[in-house]
Amino acid sequence: MKVLVCVKRVPMTGGKIVLTEDSRAIETKHLGFTISPHEECGVEEAVRLVEAHGGESVVLTLGPPEAEEQLRDAMALGADRAIHLVTDEDEWDAQATAGAIVDAVRADEAATGAYDLVIFGNESADSGGYQVGIRVAYALGRPVATGLKGVTAEGTTVRCEQEAAGGRDVYVLPLPAVVTVLEGLNLPRYPSVPSKLRAQKKPVDASSPARPESRLELLRLVVPESQGKEAEILGHGPDAAPAVVEVLRLSGVA
Amino acid sequence: MATLVYVEEPGDLTQQTLALARSLGGPLYAFTAGDTVAVSGVEMVHHADADAFRSYAPAALARALVELVEAHKPAAVVAAGTPRGNEVLARVAAIKDLPFAANCTAFESGRPGSVTRTRWGGSLLEEARVHAETLLLTVQPHSVQGEPASGEPAPVEHFSPSLRDEDLVVTVRERVGSSAGGVTLADAKVVVSCGRGAGSPEGFGIIEELAGLLGGAVGCSRAVTMAGWRPHTDQVGQTGTKIAPDVYIACGISGATQHMAGCKGAKTILAINTDPEAPILASADYAVIGDLHEVVPAISAELRKERTG
Ligand SMILES: Cc1cc2nc3c(=O)[nH]c(=O)nc-3n(C[C@H](O)[C@H](O)[C@H](O)COP(=O)(O)OP(=O)(O)OC[C@H]3O[C@@H](n4cnc5c(N)ncnc54)[C@H](O)[C@@H]3O)c2cc1C
Ligand SMILES: Nc1ncnc2c1ncn2[C@@H]1O[C@H](COP(=O)(O)O)[C@@H](O)[C@H]1O
Repeated sequence: MKVLVCVKRVPMTGGKIVLTEDSRAIETKHLGFTISPHEECGVEEAVRLVEAHGGESVVLTLGPPEAEEQLRDAMALGADRAIHLVTDEDEWDAQATAGAIVDAVRADEAATGAYDLVIFGNESADSGGYQVGIRVAYALGRPVATGLKGVTAEGTTVRCEQEAAGGRDVYVLPLPAVVTVLEGLNLPRYPSVPSKLRAQKKPVDASSPARPESRLELLRLVVPESQGKEAEILGHGPDAAPAVVEVLRLSGVA
Repeated sequence: MATLVYVEEPGDLTQQTLALARSLGGPLYAFTAGDTVAVSGVEMVHHADADAFRSYAPAALARALVELVEAHKPAAVVAAGTPRGNEVLARVAAIKDLPFAANCTAFESGRPGSVTRTRWGGSLLEEARVHAETLLLTVQPHSVQGEPASGEPAPVEHFSPSLRDEDLVVTVRERVGSSAGGVTLADAKVVVSCGRGAGSPEGFGIIEELAGLLGGAVGCSRAVTMAGWRPHTDQVGQTGTKIAPDVYIACGISGATQHMAGCKGAKTILAINTDPEAPILASADYAVIGDLHEVVPAISAELRKERTG
């Protein structure tokens, strides 16, 4: 099986979000970076599918030069090689992102053969557009199922499971197909030291696509006003138990 | 300038969606399929008839919506920001090569249109312009007050969309398994949650005990699911379950924005943490400073004492 998984570099924001002076981005000077947990499960799934059925797993990102870090992380989990669509710092909108991914998939498939499965996160961690995977699927003319917590390759089809009220909904798509996945699909492995070292040597194919105009044009970001709350301290240690029970009683739950 | 609203099913989310759609100014029309037919508060319902709609068939739903958009040229298409609402509108966007703004809390019509939408699961808002002839928008659940469902159901016009073979491929074939039963995380009135501070899977014994005494559910942070201490179905947060209980008790959880994105709907948040500087204290209503391994059993003991005494 040949499997592609798409990931996006995002800051790890911790307990509080601080914006840049122009309010157009998160201040990342003191932050580490990661990918969405959904995408991490996507990488793990791609690696497992190739472990089970043979073939190749490839990881793709569109992002700044530093996003190579996320590609190396994915290759440390087991992806075989990477495609890096290098951009400047400004975020691309979902339509532009999908367009560049489609071009890259077509170029890579022309050179190395078609992907059986392309895996996306259901939504990106930062923008949460809920759409890049669907756009890529339609542009490639492949079926897509979304929000999956089960992906099983069965010969020429893929069985897709989605959590639903009172069970799981099942889709069966012919391959080649596109899927978008959720955290909980699997439990991603921790990369070993040797696999991290191997990842440093795996190939990254970098290119710089031209940036189209944003049709969903970000003007500014706003941190929603927290109620300016500060917790009332009920006490220290086990002695606080009676005060806690009092709060539970006033809230109508005890 | 009319607005077409995709109504998945009747309910509060639909009323919220109608309320925000109304802020665009024009008359509202509804699009429905399958069992959903009656909608009030709109001029008319366009109901798609096809065998495909006997189960959820997102590609076919999108194709039917596209047919309506091309026939009636609405200024906007609006749906609830649910998994299905977002999926179907993203498909419409893909077919029509239009921008799509998911999970909005406000919007204004015009060219360009203006939206405020959520990022990071609601921890951050984005103000954006949408450059499109038809605005495709979904409404962030619980960000606006639903309008009351009142009046007679609107007249229904049935139509049979022309579906292509490829639209019939993506359809729910069967529903398997069953829900676990008992109090579910999403619906519980009390959730007792624990993070890395649990120290081990066994650390959840005292959490389960307290949740049991309160008739609530057990939750956890991602640090816990990543360690394999609890299943992902217990995870509260941006990439876990979003909950809105009466009381949320967060033990040994630091309060990362991605965790809080899942529990900020709680009426009351109580944090138990050894660190008086933990970020969660800025979003909690109450806090106990101390070791959860001592505080949680003491709360359970106090509850028992009150009940027997
Ligand atoms: C895109 C993205 C999505 C994410 N989605 C989620 C999500 O859905 N849900 C989620 O939870 N996280 C999510 N995370 C992870 C999140 O950023 C945090 O890493 C995580 O929530 C931390 O878990 P924690 O609070 O248990 O651990 P820590 O941050 O390590 O905090 C542990 C806390 O326990 C306290 N403590 C330690 N020992 C004790 C003790 N004995 N008694 C009392 N207190 C004690 C410490 O003071 C500390 O405050 C996401 C991250 C990203 C980047
Ligand atoms: N810049 C990017 N590079 C690679 N993949 C991306 C990028 N942006 C989004 N994606 C993929 O598309 C999914 C959905 O993104 P979105 O539509 O922004 O919610 C993500 O989970 C990723 O798998």
